[in-house]
This record gives sequence, C-alpha cells and structure tokens, in this order.
Amino acid sequence: MLSFVTRRLLSSIPVVLAVLALCFLLVRIAPGSPFATERALDPRTKAMLEEKFGLSGSLAEQLVRYGGNVLRGDLGDSLKFRGRTVAEIIGQSLPRSLLLGSISFSLALGLGVPLGAWAAAHYGRKTDSFLNSVALLTLSTPTFVLAPVSVLVFAFGLKLLPPAGWGTLSQLVLPAICLAIPFIGVCARLTRGGLLETLGSDFIRTARAKGVTETKLVYLHALRPAVLPLVAYAGPLAANILTGSLVIEEVFAVPGIGQFFVNGVINRDVFLVSGVVLVYCLLLLLFNLIADWLTALLDPRIRAAS
Amino acid sequence: MKLTRSALILLGLLGLLLLAAILGPIWSPYDVGELSDNHLLPPSSHHWLGTDLHGRDLLTRLMYGARISLLVGFVGASISLLVGVVYGLIAGYTGGRVDNLMMRFVDVLYALPRIVLVIVLISLFDLKLKAMLDGTLFAPFATHARLLLLFVGLGLVEWLTLARIVRAQVLTIKERPFVLSSRLIGQSTPVILVRQILPQVLPIVITYLTLALPAVILEESFLSFLGLGVQAPLASWGTLLADGASMLNPVETPWWLIVFPAAVLVGCLLLFNLLGDQLRRMGADAGR
Repeated sequence: MLSFVTRRLLSSIPVVLAVLALCFLLVRIAPGSPFATERALDPRTKAMLEEKFGLSGSLAEQLVRYGGNVLRGDLGDSLKFRGRTVAEIIGQSLPRSLLLGSISFSLALGLGVPLGAWAAAHYGRKTDSFLNSVALLTLSTPTFVLAPVSVLVFAFGLKLLPPAGWGTLSQLVLPAICLAIPFIGVCARLTRGGLLETLGSDFIRTARAKGVTETKLVYLHALRPAVLPLVAYAGPLAANILTGSLVIEEVFAVPGIGQFFVNGVINRDVFLVSGVVLVYCLLLLLFNLIADWLTALLDPRIRAAS
Repeated sequence: MKLTRSALILLGLLGLLLLAAILGPIWSPYDVGELSDNHLLPPSSHHWLGTDLHGRDLLTRLMYGARISLLVGFVGASISLLVGVVYGLIAGYTGGRVDNLMMRFVDVLYALPRIVLVIVLISLFDLKLKAMLDGTLFAPFATHARLLLLFVGLGLVEWLTLARIVRAQVLTIKERPFVLSSRLIGQSTPVILVRQILPQVLPIVITYLTLALPAVILEESFLSFLGLGVQAPLASWGTLLADGASMLNPVETPWWLIVFPAAVLVGCLLLFNLLGDQLRRMGADAGR
C-alpha cells in the first residue's frame, strides 16, 4: 500500500511541474501587461518593475527563476495586490473555499447516495421514475443558474437568508446548497446504476435465499460494491465543485480562492494565477489518489491484485 | 432502430428550439442591438419577456443567444468527437506500449483542472489570435476570435471520456473474425480502421454526442457567466443570465432578466439529457 502511494506521488511530480510551467508561459506570452495602468507606462519604469519582480530577461530565464523559487517554497508576490505574497493570499482564501467545498461535497454524497439507493430498491415502480426525474432535473440545473435565482427568491423575495457575504452560518446556507444540488443528481444516478448491477449478482441471490430481508439486502449487502463507481467519481466531483466554486464566490461575494483566480487571469497576475493553478492541481491529484486508495480498500479483487 | 413516443416528442421539442434559434430573430419585430428608451419594462404584450437595462427586447436577445449557445455546443461537441474517436481508434488498434502511454496521458489529463486551463487559454489568447487573423484571408473572422477559441478550448476538454470508450470498444472489435479476415486479405491499417472498425463504434459515438452537447453548452455558459466566454456584441444564454444577475439588488430586481434566461438554459439542458437517456436505453435494448 505504501509503495503504491509513493509511486503515485512520485509520478505526479513531473505532471505538476509541467502544468505549472505551461501556465506560467501562457500568462507571460499573453498580450497585456500586469503592470498596465490607465496611463501609458514609461518603458524605464516598466523595466524596473519587471526587474524587481523577477520578470526580466528571456522567457526561459524567467521560467527557470520561477521554477527554482517554487521548489524552494516561494510562490512569489502578487503583482496587482501590492505588498502581499501569493502564499499569503492563498493561505487566507483557500480555507474559505475548502470549507464551502467540503460542505457541498458532503451534501452531494449525503443526499445523493440514499436517494439513489431508495430508487434502486423501488426499481421499475413509481418512486423510481419520480426520483429519476428529480435526479435528471438537478443535474440539468447548473450552479450558475441556481445561484442568482436562489438569491432572487430566498434572499430578496422571501427575505429568509442573507444574499451575500461571508462569516456567519446563515451566509453559508445558500452558497453551499447551490453548489451541491447539481451533483446530488449525478451521485444518485451513479448509486442507482451500481446497485441495480450488484443486485443481479450471485452473492445477492445467495443472501436472499438464506432469508436476508430486502431492506438489509439493498442497504447492507449490495451497497458496498455498488458505491465503487461513485468512489471513482469522487475525483471529478471534487474538480466540478472546485470550478463551480468560481461562480458561487462571484455571486455570493465569498472572498475565496476562486475570486482571486478570476481576477488574476484578467490582470495577468502571473504569480497569483500560477500559484492558484498549482494548488488546484495538487488538490485534484490528492483527491484522485484517495479515490483510488478507497477503491482498493472496498474492492477485494483489486486489493488482491496490488 | 424504432423511436419510442417520448423520443419523438423530445425530438419535436428540439426541432422547435432550432426553429426559434434560426427563424426567431427574423420574425421578431425588434433588432437585437436596437436600443430604446423602454428601460427595464416588465413582460407585456409588446415585449413578451420584458426589456433589459438598455431597452433591448429580452425574447429577441434570447433567440439570438440560442444561436450562439447551440453553435458553440454543436461545434465544440463535434471537435471533441473527432479528437476522441481518432485518439481512441489509434490507441485501441495499436495496442501494447503505445496504447499504454496514450491512455496514461488521458489519465493525467483527467486529474487536472481542465476548465481552469481553458480559462487561462481563452482569456489570454483572444487578442493574440485577433492580431494573427487580421491582414490574412481570415480577417472577417477576427472579430469572432473569442468564439473560435471557445470552440477549440471546450472541444479539447470533453474528448477524454470518448477516447476511453472508443478504445475499450476497439480492443474487443479488433479480435473479431471479420477484422482478422480483412487483415488477411491484405487491407491496410487505415482502411481497416475506417471501413471495418469505425462503423462498429459509431452508435456509441452518436449516443455520446448527446452527453457531450449539454456538457459543452453548460461550460460555455459557465465561462460567459464569469465574463470569460462570449463577448459583446455577441451574447449567449450565459451572458444574458450574467447580465440579469448583475442587476440583483434588494430594492427592486428586474426578475424577468434572471428567471427567463435561467429557465431557457435549464430547459435546454434537460431536453438534451432526456434525449441522451432515451437513446442510451434504445441502444441497450437493441444490443440485447
């Protein structure tokens, strides 16, 4: 098990470095300067600024310099938010995004799995087709549609919840739910599909023959192998929640990492963009690693093979 | 393959949607960019869905938006289809170390925040592409540089799943007798791939198109919502929704600017997802 984790971690390093280099180069090649202001910039001032932030010289030199700094743990300074380092910005904003994301992640799984199991237990009946329609509706309703509509209805219409901001528990409710809803449907469908497949297998027939009740059969015996496709989806789910978070933070004015990323891209804030992409990459690789590890844990066949 | 009744209804709705996108703007009495003094009128008999901040008719804008959203969807999905099928065919048919390497690459891309990279790509290269196109034969397209980047960028996001599916299919198909015999009579590899194997994977590819289409439409709207996708004077459904969302305020929000774009977007995505479900079910029945 340990060798599996180390091997995966080691093989991820070149990928992360390649993405980081690609991102850095893209932002540097792109037209527009991070130092651009309303007035035309004096070339001497520009050269001085570039010198100061380590952006002088050829692209290759800049890249090598940046790469070296990152390997030493220095992500550089933000070019637009003067006087703040990228590490500082990420350190402040990432925990907020992670909190929001993990609540939505739990909501999507916590509601999606039972709904899917319920549908599978009533396969072919009215409950099943009703739940299917609900699942299809939620997965056709993207986060960026839900967010403004829910603000309109629940914040301004019914005046139940605050429309935006960060800090109190009630300000968390709308963003977390909006971020989770599209994925509840996906989780429910995956669970239902997995369960229906498992319920047809031999060990279920055996269990039924020895007199296990139908409820126990679905929720205890079949659910464990049936959640395997769902576990494999955990990585992409994390990625989707991450990107969905960009919109949610925009609409609900959450000072999270997504806001800084979007601003960074627009401002050509090269160190900030590269730093955030690095964090995103690491997070996703970590999630995929955990998902693979869980798959091996849950599936005796894969465990035996590795 | 016989169409079920619900599939026919869904296809009819899709036809209506296309009709509205193509003919709607011609039929409408208003021009899409036409500014007027009728700012923020609620829905009425003159403006069925109301007007926006600049007095433009929302229904007309939505029908123009349908053109953009559907166009990006179709082209983006087609690009992902092309890349995915070619990639999967080559990987599956070659097999061995090449296959291994190609699929490892797909695995790696799967684990990356692809849409984030597309954001970086699109928003940064817009001006560059515009400058490149100017002065060449393609100068008329220069104003739509952003749209071209969207096609390519989103097409390149969605091909991974298809590559996996096609490869898995090819792995089993290439061992079947008819492929072996065509190799025996000396058909070249490209001919075998196109004439023998491609027709076998096509049904799955078509089904997949109904999955990729809503995915690309969704991603385009997502980018446009953030202000990183389609840009003025063009407007997609995502742009219109973003316009509405920017008018949100506690005193008096023009609700129609949010509710109608939202409803159109959800309705369209639901339509494509339902259609995909039907096609897959029919495919499963036919396979039995």
